[in-house]
Amino acid sequence: MSDTLLQVENLQTWLGDGERPVRAVDGVDLEIRKGETFALLGESGCGKSMTALSIMRLLPPAGRIVGGNVTLGRTALLELPEYAMREERGGRMAMIFQEPMTSLNPVLTIGRQIGEAVKIRDGADSRAVAQRVVELLRSVGIPDPERRINEYPHQLSGGMKQRVMIAMALAGRPDLLIADEPTTALDVTIQAQVLALLKELQQQTGMAILLITHDLGVVAEVADRVAVMYAGQIIEVATRERFFGHAQHPYSQKLFQSLPNAEKRSKQLAVIRGSVPPLNQVFTACRFIDRCDRAFEDCETAPGWTVLEPGQGARCYLAGHQDGVTIVEVAEADHTPVNAATSLEPLLVVDRLKVHFPIHKGVFKRTVGQVRAVDGVSLSIAPGKTLALVGESGCGKTTVGKGILQLVRPTAGTVGFAGDELTRLKGSALRARRSELQIIFQDPVASMNPRMLVGDIIEEGMKAQRIGRSAEQRRSRVMELLEQVGLPADAAGRYPHEFSGGQRQRICIARALAVDPKLIICDEPTSALDVSVQAQILNLLKRLQNSRGLAFLFITHNLSVVSYLADEVAVMYLGRIVERGEVGQLLAAPKHPYTQALLSAVPVADPDLKREVIRLEGDMPSPANPPVGCHFHPRCPVAMPQCRERYPDLIRLNDGRQVSCFKVEQEQS
Amino acid sequence: MIAYIVRRILYAIPILIGVNILTFVLFFVVNSPDDMARMNLGMKRVTPEAIENWKAERGYDKPLLFNSASQGVGQVTDTIFFQKSLKLFQFDFGTSDSDRDIGYDISQRMWPSLAIAVPVLLIGLLVNITYALLIAFFRATYIDIWSVVLCVVMMSISGLFYIIGGQYLVSKLLHLMPISGYDTGFAAVKFLILPVLIGVVGGIGSGTRWYRTLFLEEINRDYVRTARAKGLSEGIVLFRHVLKNAMIPILTGVVVVLPLLFMGSLITESFFGIPGLGSYTIDAINRQDFAIVRAMVFLGSVLYIIGLLLTDISYTLVDPRVRLS
Amino acid sequence: MMGGLVILWTDALVFLLLFFSVAFAVYAARREHLRGPWRQVVRSRVGVSTLVILSFYVVIGLLDSIHFEPQFSPDQQTGAQVQSSEVYSLFDRLVQPLRVRQEKTYSAPLATHLYAKENIEQPDGTVIRDFPRLQYGGAHLADPERDWAQDIMRLSLIGLIKGLVVTLVMANILFALLAARRSGGFAGAAKEVLSGKSDIPWRSVLITLGLLLMVLFWAVELSGRYHLLGTDKVGEDVFYQALKSIRTGLLIGTLTTLVMLPAAILLGIMAGYFRGWVDDLIQYTYTTLNSIPGVLLIAAAILMLQIYMSNHADEFNSLVERADLRLLFLCIILGVTSWTGLCRLLRGEAMKLREVDYVQAAVAFGVGHFQIILRHILPNVLHIVMITVVLDFSGLVLAEAVLSYVNIGVDPTMNSWGNMINSARLEMAREPVVWWSLMAAMIFMFTLVLSANLFSDVVRDAFDPRLRSSR
Repeated sequence: MSDTLLQVENLQTWLGDGERPVRAVDGVDLEIRKGETFALLGESGCGKSMTALSIMRLLPPAGRIVGGNVTLGRTALLELPEYAMREERGGRMAMIFQEPMTSLNPVLTIGRQIGEAVKIRDGADSRAVAQRVVELLRSVGIPDPERRINEYPHQLSGGMKQRVMIAMALAGRPDLLIADEPTTALDVTIQAQVLALLKELQQQTGMAILLITHDLGVVAEVADRVAVMYAGQIIEVATRERFFGHAQHPYSQKLFQSLPNAEKRSKQLAVIRGSVPPLNQVFTACRFIDRCDRAFEDCETAPGWTVLEPGQGARCYLAGHQDGVTIVEVAEADHTPVNAATSLEPLLVVDRLKVHFPIHKGVFKRTVGQVRAVDGVSLSIAPGKTLALVGESGCGKTTVGKGILQLVRPTAGTVGFAGDELTRLKGSALRARRSELQIIFQDPVASMNPRMLVGDIIEEGMKAQRIGRSAEQRRSRVMELLEQVGLPADAAGRYPHEFSGGQRQRICIARALAVDPKLIICDEPTSALDVSVQAQILNLLKRLQNSRGLAFLFITHNLSVVSYLADEVAVMYLGRIVERGEVGQLLAAPKHPYTQALLSAVPVADPDLKREVIRLEGDMPSPANPPVGCHFHPRCPVAMPQCRERYPDLIRLNDGRQVSCFKVEQEQS
Repeated sequence: MIAYIVRRILYAIPILIGVNILTFVLFFVVNSPDDMARMNLGMKRVTPEAIENWKAERGYDKPLLFNSASQGVGQVTDTIFFQKSLKLFQFDFGTSDSDRDIGYDISQRMWPSLAIAVPVLLIGLLVNITYALLIAFFRATYIDIWSVVLCVVMMSISGLFYIIGGQYLVSKLLHLMPISGYDTGFAAVKFLILPVLIGVVGGIGSGTRWYRTLFLEEINRDYVRTARAKGLSEGIVLFRHVLKNAMIPILTGVVVVLPLLFMGSLITESFFGIPGLGSYTIDAINRQDFAIVRAMVFLGSVLYIIGLLLTDISYTLVDPRVRLS
Repeated sequence: MMGGLVILWTDALVFLLLFFSVAFAVYAARREHLRGPWRQVVRSRVGVSTLVILSFYVVIGLLDSIHFEPQFSPDQQTGAQVQSSEVYSLFDRLVQPLRVRQEKTYSAPLATHLYAKENIEQPDGTVIRDFPRLQYGGAHLADPERDWAQDIMRLSLIGLIKGLVVTLVMANILFALLAARRSGGFAGAAKEVLSGKSDIPWRSVLITLGLLLMVLFWAVELSGRYHLLGTDKVGEDVFYQALKSIRTGLLIGTLTTLVMLPAAILLGIMAGYFRGWVDDLIQYTYTTLNSIPGVLLIAAAILMLQIYMSNHADEFNSLVERADLRLLFLCIILGVTSWTGLCRLLRGEAMKLREVDYVQAAVAFGVGHFQIILRHILPNVLHIVMITVVLDFSGLVLAEAVLSYVNIGVDPTMNSWGNMINSARLEMAREPVVWWSLMAAMIFMFTLVLSANLFSDVVRDAFDPRLRSSR
């Protein structure tokens, strides 16, 4: 086709040069047209970033391209000598990366870093360069660019840094922008800003975008065409509309089914069993065969590419033989809790909890200020229920969890748990209570001591809490727990690093369960995991809640998880709860402007759902120096004069939910 | 900034007091002045009078901490601790056991020390950084591998060998430069070339290897990938991006030793007969002149603490992320 | 022949260290996170080659650490058991000839004549001035001028062949052992090893061992008839001195670390874990100690020790004992000046670890501080300790030479490379140059330090994956 911009044929990239190199990219074909947004979707480790880096020829030292062609326009990129390739990089094609925090040089001003890119393309006239830099910064929506060019990266927020990265990429007026997970490290409201910016720039400049992502929502939001990558290969290509309505490959279909949402509340989520096969082998069978529900004999030989109607194709024998997403019926989960809450007495009551961290300054390290990480949070959880604490990074939600557990001693406020006041307990009295509250962390790698065996890790809490009279008893309980979380018994004798992320999170759950807690604080337990693995963990948590009557405080920024799992939601902004209510109500009709904006910013994996994104300007202020009045007013689209003066109280609405906003207050009365 | 410096200086005081007490204990409590006198006068057949005499001449005849024979303040001030240890705080180093003014000696002898130490540092820095950059440019090739091997070999050779070998080769066989000695003014240059050269060569092994590690650490960072994605050439990436970041640990590592350059190098100076503070210290150790050793210990600590302070300040100058508070 | 066992202070510590090493090896063997990296070390060619050389040094050092008091058998004239104040090591017994065959003064390596001219009384009564024949070196030669070169060649050849034969024997034993452990038989095992395809690079081991053995046998052959590396001012065999210095070098490199390790680990972890005033106090302590230039602190301490020793000379039974105590003290004071680096490193690491999720999880379980440190912090900093120990070693060996030069090192009567260099440097001015003492010390030291440096690189790469990826 004449409008083809980038053509990739049979690209093969290997990592490492031992006897069994990792075939990270194993025969990828794709084609990007001028001006389109092409999404490359896949879970971690599938080779999508390696594909992008291979196209740019920016592979890490261990990687090498062993075969294939990459053609940009009419230029065969892989045959260019290095100096000619430099012309292309930052010229006709540019790239932005996942981590804006580390992708900018910390010791050079942003003006200098963008200027560098400008200078290569536009020549060295310094006045013209400076002017162009300001222009670029303005075009990516950075306020006050004349002043910003002299700032260093650390003085900018994450979203601003990503804008700078984009400005740098635009310097060479590229035809193709490769964006490698450009919003993954950012909060949803910032993500919405950046995605909108990319769209806008695309319309202005007519460049094509290769968007690499793992987020179906982002794909639905911005992509024109989608390619799904699995285990080093592209397994399906389709237009956005076809993909979201009529995905053909069983893997693509499963991805949709494993997404949590409100409708699936009463069901178990579909899971893709097992995990991605290691890529250091030569495949003869279909790469998905071990995890596929519909595999049959033919699948023992790897399927070729099946071209389907307009612009769709899949690497599956079944492609074209079935239409649309067939929902596999999953057994209805038993949704009646076994030991249903006998009393309505809440298990945990947190009242006006404050956690402040002092800032020291001056000759004698006087305390000159406080970082108000948590600034008066009240909440309660009934036995067997789930409260979701939602907010963007830096809003203090994790600190609330640690404050409740007394891992960080609160500055003020009370934490009542089953009749005891935890903030007043000390030493052994506190230790004795610890069995009833447990925590699961976000990062399954950091949450287990790499030097201990899994069995010892699970047993540690039992020993500390003197559960189980003999080593014998404790051992058998470890086995029991492993079985409950779906791990083989021999896992006890192995080390954490031998397990995948999802399995590790199961071990962490088993460890928490070992001491028979009544409440588990789940601190973003699935945000480091892929969607299909997330579904496994969510199913497990739900099952355990039902069978054991556990209460959860679920800390997260992922609203689809909230809608699937939570009974109640509390939304946090800058150390305080701004809205709290029953999950259905709150998600369906949020009252607080921040909640509204947050919900609207979340990309939904449904391209037909056209929604109005409420774009929030700017970033969350620092908790060391919150704005006077309502903390949200500088970014609030409906701010009123009184919002600048006083922080609104949390008021209870007729439907039982609580909101702290003058606007809502006004509407009520 | 000023508040920070003030705080750091205040923080240095307890450390110096600690050093002071430590040296006092080491020099006067572990062994009494009597022992020192006997040592100095020769072990055999020393009359008590001779010992008393020796002590009185040098002011070691006072009590250690408390002088009950004196009146008022004198009870505290007229003691060895006050006279010999606390006076160091005023940079009053007193007189050496051989009756010379230590303060004057130090002020005279620090210049030759600097004349060697500063060129060694600067040239060494230049050579090592250049070499390390070169290795970083050719990373993961045979040039890299063999350069690292060469560095390890060079750092496995004792510093003494560089000096002896260098002296033998350059001065004795080739007769290019004098073996040792010193002169005033510009005439000193011919005595300085060899020790400086040897100092630089001796430092290449460990220096280059260390800088190479720093460079390679930076080269693997994300921002370097960004710079390459812009289409910058490898040379510019190395010089503008990698070097600038790696200079932070390099410079701060250099700054901490800057003040200590005054102390000179013990070995080099004594081998080349350069009348600096290094050979001064060695002579003092060999003559067992404790007054000088004590003074040098204190001076060294002061300089070290200044070095720490300068390091912190230099961070703010080279690293935009650090602001002192 | 052998008298009562004498255990010097450092000997005791050496065997304590040996015990700890073995205990640690047993501990590490059962833990994958420690065994894995070590496996990687022994699978690297550089790793095993340097290990062979280091073991050679260690064996000599250990042999030299078993001390005896020579006993004279009762049938000698006195009839009674006389104990001299001298102490000999097992190693001394092995190389007895090297020790006792003293010449008058300097002689060059493999020389047959003294270095300096002397008045020699001829059998006919006349006195001529010439280089006198050595008492032992080449004494078997009738006419040195004629036979010397041929004799050297012959002995060298015999030595090299002996070394080669022993190597081949050992290689065959190795093949047999390997063959016994797996299928493929003797030939299969031999082929695998020789083609360099075995897991552990046995070929590198054999090559290094072969070279080492050939040098060793060559040295044994020649030093039986000559002074391989010449003699020093008082006619002592330089080769013997260099060998004896091995123990000193190893001791300084290892005991220093052993002495400082408990303090560094304990204080470093405590400072990082507990923070607050504990941290302030420990930081103050190490900043203070660190602020004193190391050489000066060592100088001050050693000077004080010297005074103490000369004033209390009667407390020491023998010169050896006295030198030994000085060595121990030197290790301690070197340890005092060098523990701060590790302590600071561990403090930083402990500070990071106390915030890590699994430590937080342990706190959430109500696990006590002591348990947390023992179970979570310590095992996760052990690799740092190990890297530091290995990295410090070569620096300390080199430091010994410098300190001895300044006269604040080991006792002047003790054999050490530093003392050898120190006494040799004065002779550099002679004409012709007396270079062999210096050379011998340098070569022995260089081999040890180079092996240790290369070995420590391999160890660090194996234990610190972050650095490995930067290669």
